[in-house]
Amino acid sequence: MTLLYILAFVLLCIALNQLFKVFELSRDLRGEKLYKTTDSDNKFNGRAMFLFMLLFFGFFLWQIDAYWYRILPKSASEHGNKIDALMMANYWLVILVFFVVNGFLFFFAYKYHGKKDRKAEYILHNNKLEMLWTVVPAIALAFIIIFGLKYWNEIMKRDNDPNPIKIELYAKQFDWTARYPGKDNEFGIDDYMQIDGSNPVGLDTNDARCHDDILVKNEFHLPVGREVIFTFRSRDIIHSAFMPHFRAQMNCVPGQITTFRFKPIVTTAEMRKEKHVQRNLDEVNAIRIKRGDDPVEFDYLLLCNKICGASHYNMQMKIVVESEADYNKWLANQKPIKSAAKTTAQK
Amino acid sequence: MEHNAHAGVLHGHHAHDHDHAHDHHEHHETFVSKYVFSMDHKVISRQFLITAVIMAVVAMVMSIIFRLQLAWPGEKFAFIEAIMGRKWGKDGILDPNAYLALVTIHGTIMVFFVLTGGLSGTFSNLLIPLQIGARDMASGFLNMLSYWFFLASSTIMLSSLFIEDGAASAGWTIYPPLSALPEAIPGSKLGMTLWLVSMSLFIVSSLLGGLNYIITIINLRTKGMKMTRLPLTVWAFLITAILGVLSFPVLFSCALLLIFDRSMGTSFYLSDIYIGGKPMEQVGGSPILFEHLFWFLGHPEVYIVLLPALGITSEIIATNSRKPIFGYRAMIGSMLAIGFLSFIVWGHHMFMTGMNPFLGSVFVFTTLLIAIPSAVKAFNYITTLWKGNIQYTPAMLFSIGLVSSFVTGGVTGIILADSTLDITVHDTYFVVAHFHIVMGLSAIFGMFAGVYHWFPKMFLRMMNKKLGYLHFWVTFLGAYGVFFPMHFLGMSGVPRRYYTNSNFPLFDNLMDINQFVTMCAIFAAFGQVIFLINFFYSIFRGEKATQNPWNSNTLEWTTPMAHVHGNWPGALPEVHRWSYDYSKPGQPHDFVPQTVPLGPDEHDGGEH
Repeated sequence: MTLLYILAFVLLCIALNQLFKVFELSRDLRGEKLYKTTDSDNKFNGRAMFLFMLLFFGFFLWQIDAYWYRILPKSASEHGNKIDALMMANYWLVILVFFVVNGFLFFFAYKYHGKKDRKAEYILHNNKLEMLWTVVPAIALAFIIIFGLKYWNEIMKRDNDPNPIKIELYAKQFDWTARYPGKDNEFGIDDYMQIDGSNPVGLDTNDARCHDDILVKNEFHLPVGREVIFTFRSRDIIHSAFMPHFRAQMNCVPGQITTFRFKPIVTTAEMRKEKHVQRNLDEVNAIRIKRGDDPVEFDYLLLCNKICGASHYNMQMKIVVESEADYNKWLANQKPIKSAAKTTAQK
Repeated sequence: MEHNAHAGVLHGHHAHDHDHAHDHHEHHETFVSKYVFSMDHKVISRQFLITAVIMAVVAMVMSIIFRLQLAWPGEKFAFIEAIMGRKWGKDGILDPNAYLALVTIHGTIMVFFVLTGGLSGTFSNLLIPLQIGARDMASGFLNMLSYWFFLASSTIMLSSLFIEDGAASAGWTIYPPLSALPEAIPGSKLGMTLWLVSMSLFIVSSLLGGLNYIITIINLRTKGMKMTRLPLTVWAFLITAILGVLSFPVLFSCALLLIFDRSMGTSFYLSDIYIGGKPMEQVGGSPILFEHLFWFLGHPEVYIVLLPALGITSEIIATNSRKPIFGYRAMIGSMLAIGFLSFIVWGHHMFMTGMNPFLGSVFVFTTLLIAIPSAVKAFNYITTLWKGNIQYTPAMLFSIGLVSSFVTGGVTGIILADSTLDITVHDTYFVVAHFHIVMGLSAIFGMFAGVYHWFPKMFLRMMNKKLGYLHFWVTFLGAYGVFFPMHFLGMSGVPRRYYTNSNFPLFDNLMDINQFVTMCAIFAAFGQVIFLINFFYSIFRGEKATQNPWNSNTLEWTTPMAHVHGNWPGALPEVHRWSYDYSKPGQPHDFVPQTVPLGPDEHDGGEH
């Protein structure tokens, strides 16, 4: 059977070779310059350019229609609303430029397709035009820069709230640990040399401030309406704490402490009721049921967003935003490190 | 030029025709000195091109494999096991480490080996001497070395695919500590060592080439070839080479320090790390230092990739619109501005590293400034088409494709350059969409355009026009189909470099977008098969080329239809005008070669 395939392949090659030979012979005999573009080539490709433009713009609009509801739902954090507003303004501008410039390009490509009897115009330059398309983008960019930096400074400011909730997110291959400062509201200092099974995030056990710290895995909670200041550490390599629903992201760099702060304003329960969220969740659940999995509910997630190894794609943690009362109740149920260590020892 | 004279010509029978042109042609030509260790820039350019084509095919096949994984995770593809072997593609399912290795090497090959080495190596080598009217590069020997370092580097990079622990897999940006710690990922064992060795050799190749290009352009222009008469291709190659010479050494130092950290126990990039069950001794380094050094090359690198493509298309768009390039001086000015600005924007890759927010603001400002010269270039291209008489050669189609992708991908850069907005889209598929369109597509379209346009100069034959059209339209449709929907994935918060997006429910319903993207990628890959057939067929059996097939003005088309060493058999041509006198009123043809003297009342276009 294999032999037959090989034979068929060889015969096909010979046949193709003969075909090419005939083609080459007739080409050389006629002495035509096949590479020269003819009027019909120019007309065809000119029209194709125009058609492509329609298709391209249509494709864009179709994607807006088909995919727009799938983009991140409304921001769950206060500063995120500003980012979203600025993002929308930028989208409008960018989409306008996309349509206008591509439109001109493809329209000219169609309109000025070559004809035998046409001669191009000898136009060298035009200072007014050059000025126009230098100054107009410059003005538009000035606005983008001014608003961008205004928000950037607001978001990165460190002293919005005198009494923020403090949470440390600790990254390692391939999971997250959240640390709360406990009763004293102070994190102790860390020491990576002391990392071991009972001290997974490398705290300095001699620092008494660490003893009431609380470590949680799999999910962590945030109170709605309270400013949260996150600090980030990493045990091994660079990870990135990405909380897309809160429009928050910061790298976790070994040997450094990085920070980001935001105020969650939408609880998990409220977000689950969002139309946009529900529609996506229905789709997800339809897929899951078809696959034989159980349906799920929407949850905020903390994702790793810096390549960190084989299980990078699965390094995530659930975030629950709830009322401050519920949050306090949840926190009270978590064991501080010292007593957690004791219970382990007693076992 | 004495030492170059024996380096030879392409076809034996041509050698006899032109022997009389050189007095010192008595040396015996062997196959090795003609084709292998050649010092002729035209042969070296073809060596670069063929090597880059092979590398590109490898990188493209890689992308198809990981795209299949992303679209149908867990699905069994027999051919994945056939290609990747039982270890990396067991039962036809891609291994997660192998996925990361593929992504890493795909990026490395495409950015460095195809679009830097391949693009600059091919076209700077071919066009600089031919378009400025020089016999060869300033140093043929260094030029030859440049190719051999490139080949050695390519070979080592490919060989790393066949080792036991797999190739480097820390992403093409190889951020330490991931790339420094073999315990963190198997790809950081021997694979990473080979990556670093390969890239070090690549940097040597790039510097040897770049220095040569700069010196050649500055010193070896023929009589009358003022800087303001240079074709924009040569300007682009010059600026590209300067960027490379200034930034590649920084990448070398960056790689060297990583080599020290990996094998000599230093801690330039390492601090406070606990891995493999024990704390490391190294303290005091900073991984962020690596990012600064890397992106100090990394951002100029974007323009090292892009500028040659822009130069090539400037030439092709003017020639095939039968019109002078609009705003010649503005084009040069904007390239210089882009080149300068590219050195002070690297921090925009690092907004989320915890870098001081004020420093971030500075980079926002400088980065957004780049949009201005870029916009000038785009508008100048479009105005060159305006009132032209467009000849749709395959090269022209790809050039127009470049302008479109440069604009479409460029505008999303405005969003990414804004640190505020970057918070949500940083490291998501939005970034993947952005740089693939603006850098990947634009540069590869420029490269295709260059291959179609200068194929007759390289191989003395023509590529098939109809297959070229088919190649373009399939590629253009497929490429936008691949990369456009990725914006929406990014806006949905999908991080890049995830082995699968269906391990937790959040992104499950985006799977149809991923499947659409993969199908477009396969469609576009078929387009490249058409190109490969056309390319290799035409090298041997394509239609015979004529001397000036596109009725172009530049000097390369005044050389005879043979590969003469020294390019022109007699005296070097003398230049009397700029290269863009297309459709000039009062001239017999719609093109006026640069060698034609100016008429009594004629002004040189470049003087404006």
